[in-house]
Amino acid sequence: MSHLKDVLESGKFAVTAEISPPKSASCETIRKKAAMLKDCVDAVNLTDNQTAIVRISSFASSLACLQEGVEPILQMTCRDRNRIAMQSDVLGASAFGIHNVMCLSGDHQSFGNQKEAKNVYDVDSIQQLMIFNKMRLEGQVWGGDELKEKPELFLGAAANPFADPFEFRVQRLAKKIAAGADFIQTQAVFDIERFREFMSSVCDRGLDKKVHILAGVMPLKSYNMAEHMKNNVSGITLPDGMISRMKSAADPKEEGLAICNETIEEIKKIKGVHGVHIMAISWESVVPRIIEDADLRD
Amino acid sequence: MIIAERKPISEIISIIGNNKKILIAGCRSCASVCMAGGDREVATLSEALGLYSDLNSLGWEISEISKERQCEKEWAREIAEEASSADVILSLGCGVGVQFIQEVSGIPVFPGLNTSNMGGPEEQGIYLEKCGGCGDCTLHLTGGICPIARCSKSMLNGPCGGSQNGKCEINPDTQCAWDAIYQNLKRLNCLEMLSEIIPPKNWIPSRSGGPRKIIRKEMVLSEDEKKIKEGLE
Repeated sequence: MSHLKDVLESGKFAVTAEISPPKSASCETIRKKAAMLKDCVDAVNLTDNQTAIVRISSFASSLACLQEGVEPILQMTCRDRNRIAMQSDVLGASAFGIHNVMCLSGDHQSFGNQKEAKNVYDVDSIQQLMIFNKMRLEGQVWGGDELKEKPELFLGAAANPFADPFEFRVQRLAKKIAAGADFIQTQAVFDIERFREFMSSVCDRGLDKKVHILAGVMPLKSYNMAEHMKNNVSGITLPDGMISRMKSAADPKEEGLAICNETIEEIKKIKGVHGVHIMAISWESVVPRIIEDADLRD
Repeated sequence: MIIAERKPISEIISIIGNNKKILIAGCRSCASVCMAGGDREVATLSEALGLYSDLNSLGWEISEISKERQCEKEWAREIAEEASSADVILSLGCGVGVQFIQEVSGIPVFPGLNTSNMGGPEEQGIYLEKCGGCGDCTLHLTGGICPIARCSKSMLNGPCGGSQNGKCEINPDTQCAWDAIYQNLKRLNCLEMLSEIIPPKNWIPSRSGGPRKIIRKEMVLSEDEKKIKEGLE
């Protein structure tokens, strides 16, 4: 049903990437990017109006990806859908062969291009997992009505080891697992020490045996991007050493890729990590190289 | 005013749990007017909980206090001070009151009420939600009736297809807000206002923009002024 599930359950080191759907009524760029990633990743996340900017839907983008032979991970936020829309969308996704669903609370609309919008947040991302878990296990919608056919779902969730309060982050991860998460993709790791600390408490609680954790990585493209990530993106911490490396680099892109490569090498050594999730924002073309440099494929 | 109603006794008992010394705190403002948490309701609840404790040999020690408002720090502090020997405070104020008391109290403060809405009494014992608190009032466009709070779909451009004989489709006891708006504007001879399309609303001033804070700069005290005020008290 899900190739990503097979890879993770076989104990192989999984690789996922991310495609940002365009602000367009055409899926052509998705198809091109999917073709680029086809032979090197296990699955691709299609973001859901990320940073609350209106884009072609994750559902349509996932379908385009699937048609190109790349397994999609449908992202679904709680910002724009109530439980009726969520359940309906997940039935539709499963019917069309989209089985990986990533449950997210979503970026607040105040960050996007529809600042005046009312948000939904009927349920939060943990409750969303509970609802989908009930649908796939019991063949019932929330509240108990029977489904003629239950959806086949491989459920994903996010974890941010760099947000506060740090002690609560592992507890929250445990809640997501209890609610039904099969795999976790973390926020981009730059601060490897803090990530190591996070993973160590994850393993102490035995959570790495209950869920597949993919560590997020993000290649930095420029010094400005590094500064922006540090100052404006909540829940991302960038060590000062990294910022100064980007600042003094003769070729910032190469430096960014070198940092990314070093990060992946460190991540591979950390107990309990089952894969990496590469978030190359508007730079999807570099993903095959990152994978090759880090020797992530057989 | 804030409309609230008392939680069922069984729920209050379960919230109290294993605590023995309970201070029931009433509020003489909104919660009193909607007959949910004033002096009288505090006394009634105290008696009911005392009876429950006696019947089950729980040995609860229940005391009572009521203040003018729980939603101001001065009053909240007085309640917290009174509770020095209690295990918990059971607030019969609205959700704002519970939070104000908890902020200054070293012991847990539990809610005894469910806070419902901003509204008022229609007649004795009947309370109706009136204001959606959207932060951008347009009552001048809707005949003095708030469609945010009173239309089940918060529609802004007239009634949906579920309006029948002045009632809303969700419940025959629920008035259709847009039917009421129509009748009111007709009475006020302003029906032409209904032909205007109200565009997508700006929800930033509402809860969708996050927790709201209003700062009246001219009223805020400087650090020096705060010290002088503290000295006077």
